[in-house]
Amino acid sequence: MGGIEDLYQEMILSHYRAPRNRGTLTNPTVSVTQNNPMCGDEIQVDVLLDDDGRIVELAHSGQGCSISQSAASMMSEKVMGTTRDEAQHLIEVFRRMMHGDDPPADVDLGDSEALAGVARFPARVKCALLPWMALKDALQSVGTTKETPHGQ
Amino acid sequence: MTEARLDSLAVRADVPILARPSASGRPLVYLDSAATSQKPMPVLDAMDDYYRAANANVHRGVYALAAEATERFEQGRADVARFVGSRPEGTVFAKNATEAVNLVAYAWGLRHLTAGDVVVVTEMEHHSNIVPWQIVAGLTGARVEFVPVVDDGVLDLAVLRDLLATEPVKMVAVVHVSNVLGTINPVADITRMARDAGARSLVDASQSVPHMPVSLAATGADAMVFTGHKMLGPTGIGVLAADPAWLDGLEPFLGGGEMISDVRREGSTWADLPHKFEAGTPPIAEAVGLGAAVRYLEGLGMDAVRAHEVELTTRLLAVLGGVEDATVYGPRDPARRGSPVSFSLPDLHPHDIAQLVDREGVCVRAGHHCAKPLMRALGVPATTRASTYVYNTADDVDALGAALASARAFMGRV
Ligand SMILES: Cc1ncc(COP(=O)(O)O)c(C=O)c1O
Repeated sequence: MGGIEDLYQEMILSHYRAPRNRGTLTNPTVSVTQNNPMCGDEIQVDVLLDDDGRIVELAHSGQGCSISQSAASMMSEKVMGTTRDEAQHLIEVFRRMMHGDDPPADVDLGDSEALAGVARFPARVKCALLPWMALKDALQSVGTTKETPHGQ
Repeated sequence: MTEARLDSLAVRADVPILARPSASGRPLVYLDSAATSQKPMPVLDAMDDYYRAANANVHRGVYALAAEATERFEQGRADVARFVGSRPEGTVFAKNATEAVNLVAYAWGLRHLTAGDVVVVTEMEHHSNIVPWQIVAGLTGARVEFVPVVDDGVLDLAVLRDLLATEPVKMVAVVHVSNVLGTINPVADITRMARDAGARSLVDASQSVPHMPVSLAATGADAMVFTGHKMLGPTGIGVLAADPAWLDGLEPFLGGGEMISDVRREGSTWADLPHKFEAGTPPIAEAVGLGAAVRYLEGLGMDAVRAHEVELTTRLLAVLGGVEDATVYGPRDPARRGSPVSFSLPDLHPHDIAQLVDREGVCVRAGHHCAKPLMRALGVPATTRASTYVYNTADDVDALGAALASARAFMGRV
């Protein structure tokens, strides 16, 4: 098990104290709620996509611990402006990082890389994944509408 | 008072795990006995000795070793029955309290509930006393109604009275001591109200039997359930204590070996109580361990166990009362509550609290405590819970206070 400072890095605490993109959107393309069955925490992620499937706005709300809240804040900054495919790739890289795999050299997760230490605290992995899994759900739920009929 | 006081340092010396350091290297301060208790040497020794010296399958062997195993197993049952004042034939071993509730829900509920009937539970139930009733209600067309929690964490019995007067209530299933709020519910009054209205009753005594004198008769319930691992015993064993005359009229829950009288191609007949409800090889070593746990508790004296709990809970409430802006749930009066004490801090999420105090070796639980309807009623997603038992001391409680202060300092407040 790692030391507590591996978990609560300054970057994480700074996002926790001043979360970016917190709130809700008035006209989201999709809004998804995820809850952590382990602790009851809930997060809502609202996403606005443009016609090209690019994330132009993202807001997160709900209640959670420092790990899930900061993860949501860092994720919101990172995925803003990415296309669905790019965002889906980032989700996968983040998920693997939570299982102990370093992100590949050509992928930059931004501030979210501060969460790498969470992998050593198995009870908290679900917290860090909560917003990312909400985003994954959100993108999947709009996925079919934008695909060509042969796309799947 | 003439009664012997509980010597928690002596108990502590009997519990080997409490001598190990925590992951952080500090002494272990275990404040999560509401989730599971630690085990004293007499329990570990009894189980170890059973496996080393007397292991055989029970009830089916002719040889002497099998007879000895059966005798130790049944002695465990006799010990448990004596402890809660039930009859041995009305003392059924299950896997845990959860399975014991399911046993009643299926063996009784599935066959005796019909469309429109009502099962009453409360907002402060553990999921184990809600979900089985929801499942069986779904299969029978019955409904599950909830008695709300009001004021400082007590049940609104006026709602229960109203439900009993106006609805076809067939079962009232209620927790004796809440695992979140610590509230001691007036179960004798509740079961009497149920009986007067023609309803059966079940008391979930998982958090009371380990901590205070409890008898089946005093609860007045048709069925009482509790779980071995919260009372110094092993995991893998729970108990349904009930009136044998009632149990005898019920059909089995699980079918298989041990529970039959005869099996023919065209059908089977059932063994006598309690075996009718114990399909398959039972938790033998666990029953031996639970028997030893019960004898250990009897040795301490349940009045002394309860007095120690009141003392520590008084101190815990005082320590939390001194933490700035802490919200403490449940009754303020230690005489009206058991050991679980839940609290929250406005600036620290329960997960972060539990993680940060773990640095100092303090084990507390964070989450919904398998009581999501109660969390919703309290308007919080989760709480932090500390709970004490016979091996805890005032120092343990004080260590939580100190750890909370340094958790706050770490997270940048103060
Ligand atoms: C009040 C209450 N009822 C039931 C249970 C379930 O116990 P078990 O998980 O051993 O079945 C618990 C413990 O988690 C509890 O606190």
